[in-house]
Amino acid sequence: MKMKKLSIYLFAIISIFLLTGCETNMVVFNPQGPNAETILGLINWSLLWMAIVIIVVMGMFITFIWKYRERPDNMDYEPPEEHGNTKWEIIWTAIPFLIVIALLIPNIQALYALEEVPEGYEDKEPITIHVTGADWKWIFSYPEEDIETVNYVNIPEDTPIIFKMTSAGTMQSFWVPALGGQKYAMAKMETELILTADNPGSYMGKNSNFNGPGYAEMEFEVLAQTQAEYDEWVEEVKERAPELTEEKYIELLKPTHLGRLTFNGTHLQWINHADPNSNSYTNPQLYYREHGYKGKTFDEEDNYKNADEMIENEHGGDSHHEH
Amino acid sequence: MNIKWDEFFVTGDPLILGAQISIVLTMVGIIALLTYLKRWTWLWREWLTTVDHKRIGIMYILSGVVMFFRGGIDGLMMKAQTAVPENEFLNAQHYNEVFTTHGVIMILFMAMPLLIGIMNVIIPLQIGARDVAFPQLNALSFWLFFSGAMLFNISFVIGGSPDAGWTSYFPMAGKEFSPSIGNNYYAIAIQIAGIGTLISGINFIVTILKMRTKGMTLMKMPMFSWTTLITSIIIVAAFPIFTVALALMTFDRLFGAHFFTVSGGGMDMLWANLFWLWGHPEVYIVVLPAFGIFSEIVSTFSRKRLFGYTSMVIAVAGIAFLSMLVWVHHFYTMGSGPAVNSVFSLTTMLIAVPTGIKMFNWLFTMRKGRINFSTPMLWTLAFIPCFLIGGTTGVMLAMAAADFQYHNTLFLVAHFHYTLIPGVVFAVFAALYYWWPKMFGHKLNEKIGKWHFWLFVIGFNFTFFPMFFLGLDGAVRRSFTYSAESGYGPLFLLSAIGSAVLAIGFAMFVYNIYWSIRHADRNISSDPWDARTLEWATASPVQDYNFAKLPEVKTLDAFWHMKKDNEGLTIEDKEIKDIHMPNNSGIPFFMGVVFTVAGFFLVFEWYIPAAIASLGIFAGLIIRSFDYNDGHHIHAEDVRKVERKWRNRKGEVHKHVG
Repeated sequence: MKMKKLSIYLFAIISIFLLTGCETNMVVFNPQGPNAETILGLINWSLLWMAIVIIVVMGMFITFIWKYRERPDNMDYEPPEEHGNTKWEIIWTAIPFLIVIALLIPNIQALYALEEVPEGYEDKEPITIHVTGADWKWIFSYPEEDIETVNYVNIPEDTPIIFKMTSAGTMQSFWVPALGGQKYAMAKMETELILTADNPGSYMGKNSNFNGPGYAEMEFEVLAQTQAEYDEWVEEVKERAPELTEEKYIELLKPTHLGRLTFNGTHLQWINHADPNSNSYTNPQLYYREHGYKGKTFDEEDNYKNADEMIENEHGGDSHHEH
Repeated sequence: MNIKWDEFFVTGDPLILGAQISIVLTMVGIIALLTYLKRWTWLWREWLTTVDHKRIGIMYILSGVVMFFRGGIDGLMMKAQTAVPENEFLNAQHYNEVFTTHGVIMILFMAMPLLIGIMNVIIPLQIGARDVAFPQLNALSFWLFFSGAMLFNISFVIGGSPDAGWTSYFPMAGKEFSPSIGNNYYAIAIQIAGIGTLISGINFIVTILKMRTKGMTLMKMPMFSWTTLITSIIIVAAFPIFTVALALMTFDRLFGAHFFTVSGGGMDMLWANLFWLWGHPEVYIVVLPAFGIFSEIVSTFSRKRLFGYTSMVIAVAGIAFLSMLVWVHHFYTMGSGPAVNSVFSLTTMLIAVPTGIKMFNWLFTMRKGRINFSTPMLWTLAFIPCFLIGGTTGVMLAMAAADFQYHNTLFLVAHFHYTLIPGVVFAVFAALYYWWPKMFGHKLNEKIGKWHFWLFVIGFNFTFFPMFFLGLDGAVRRSFTYSAESGYGPLFLLSAIGSAVLAIGFAMFVYNIYWSIRHADRNISSDPWDARTLEWATASPVQDYNFAKLPEVKTLDAFWHMKKDNEGLTIEDKEIKDIHMPNNSGIPFFMGVVFTVAGFFLVFEWYIPAAIASLGIFAGLIIRSFDYNDGHHIHAEDVRKVERKWRNRKGEVHKHVG
């Protein structure tokens, strides 16, 4: 009796939790652009098939354990020696195989579609934005407008944006769930992701690939604006924002948390971290400059215990002396 | 010597200080207890130097349970930290260390030893052998595993824990971004344990291929023996990849090489590829033996032959083959292009086919059976729906395009816990309840077992089911905190409550062991479940030599048919001959000690002491090479005495005919 009461309470609590969970409209189920929509179509298609699989298997499972359970009145029942049944075994090999094909074909179509400018947006001139992940901030460079932003990116709506991604150090994953799927940003490597926002709005973007103590706060905002608003913003940045200098850029790359920053000019004039031969300014080389030669252990001052100070104090890395 | 002496011990964290104190107290307690009970020689003779597969298995299982506790505490700490938004229980650094050690310990030092331990105890019995093929090597496997596990575990009190995730992706895990020695522990400790596992793999392949008793052809082997054979083949195929990857990592971290170090021209993606070339087969290494365990139990407790035995064997082999061809699905998001991702989507989804075959075969084994709901069977039954969720979400993740939205989120975390916990942990519990009488001569208590079962299964579902929704709402893994505005709070809290229930379930298990050792009925039959395979043709606990006379096998489920036909259950005095057994040896233990010492120095980059300590390794190899000791005989008269004692008891099917 006590158990029963307890389980009723438990059930009530669970239902409340699960309902609140569903009411919040999970971001993946609320796509705001063609990339995320394509993926959601695929997710729903797979959910349908998986639901069928679960219903069939659970139906069999519950029937069998109920029907063939040991009861006081069947203790003398001796089960038959069954070796197998070729017909059934073929059926339950073939049907999953067909389900795999049913899921695979739209998956391959989606994979190819996601690499292209989405259908219906071909006549719009795409905008290229370079993304550089660093510890622990996102740097966005607009080569056409010659401006650079940190931890936020403004884009015009209904325009395909080609994000060309790389990293100044650790591996990150660039993800704006409302607009589409993620992709890695890796040093000395360039990956490309095409995202389009259907509606004006602010979308949360984040790094999903663990890269150290500052990882949890490595988020950014994608602000989709109307074309007019976007043009106005570019104008304003051109007029007001400070010029990006090389020293300032090196400062940006240190392992720190920064708020939003805006600059005139991009770091692409000095370095593109996507270039396999780029050999300056990348974060490890900040360490090299302090430490004599490549690969030597970074002992003492760079011990992980200093990491906390480095987050708080952006001059943390400057206290090294020559070995 | 590049460490500051004042940083040798990790200081300044009350949690770690508590752990340090409890470690010291436990060690003092154990030493005092052994001295007080005068058990030092007993410990050395009976356990530390043993080459008996059953004792080695029990040591594996004991270590696995202890590591389960350690990894579980890590898990609970993570759940406590994320229970509410912006919690300050752990800071980012501490949280990073905790999830890293949680992952490594649960896979390599919990799942692996528990399964290898069960294999050790059961496989020679199931195939009708007196030991594994290389008993002393088997002991070496254990001591290397133990050495690796201990080295990895001391990291959090001496020097600091690894903090780059259990996957330790470069460049993050390289010296540039993780200068602490914590990640040296990762490279060295796992390497040592890995050598032990590789040796185990070879040992089991040879044992199963060469030491089956008369009449047991491959297709008459019990399913657990089959899955162990195939698992061992994957171990031998996959572990060397990890050995090489870890060696390259060690070169990068310790000696300044640039295999993976991007700034030196290395390739960080190479690490990801090598890691998962091992890492994906690794999850099958832990899950396939579990499938074998479930097959044994489902058939025993339905009192029916395993349905579709041949297709089961083919399915296991198929899973093993495909397991080597799917590693890229761990990083679809690396931008390899649609063609590559399509191929790996296909291979990954194909795994669903053989897995489905197994699922249906288990269901049809129960059909027309007479299902007994003892604790081992309860775990097996709970496995089916839970693993079904893990499997179907696995198919969803296998679709590369969809994975772009799941990757690195809690959806993924929920998925792999839904495969690994039902697939491995449920199986281990099922196996322990099932085979406990073979190891210790008494059952675990059924009533406490049911409490353990229900708490654990309910807690598990509450812990991980909410994570699916969190992931779809954009919550990423490995994040030590989240904002209140994100709205993740309620589901994270539910998950944390679930983990507390899960932990109580585990506590019930530990209590069950304690209770059963103290109070369980010792006067039970050697075949308490009315089981089907040869391990039940031995005494409980099993005699040193396993079988007084090696059994002869005519069919699958040999022991079941022996009982039905009343054949081969009796033994006569004249059939009992002297039995040749291997001698105990201290060399494996010694090797474990020198590996630990050398490894420890290497972690701290103290090369000269490390070189001196590793001379001990060579010394051990040389001593073993000139070791001409080839065992001893148990005299027929002693064997007769033992056999007479356990056969002919009330309720015993075995008879001794003088």
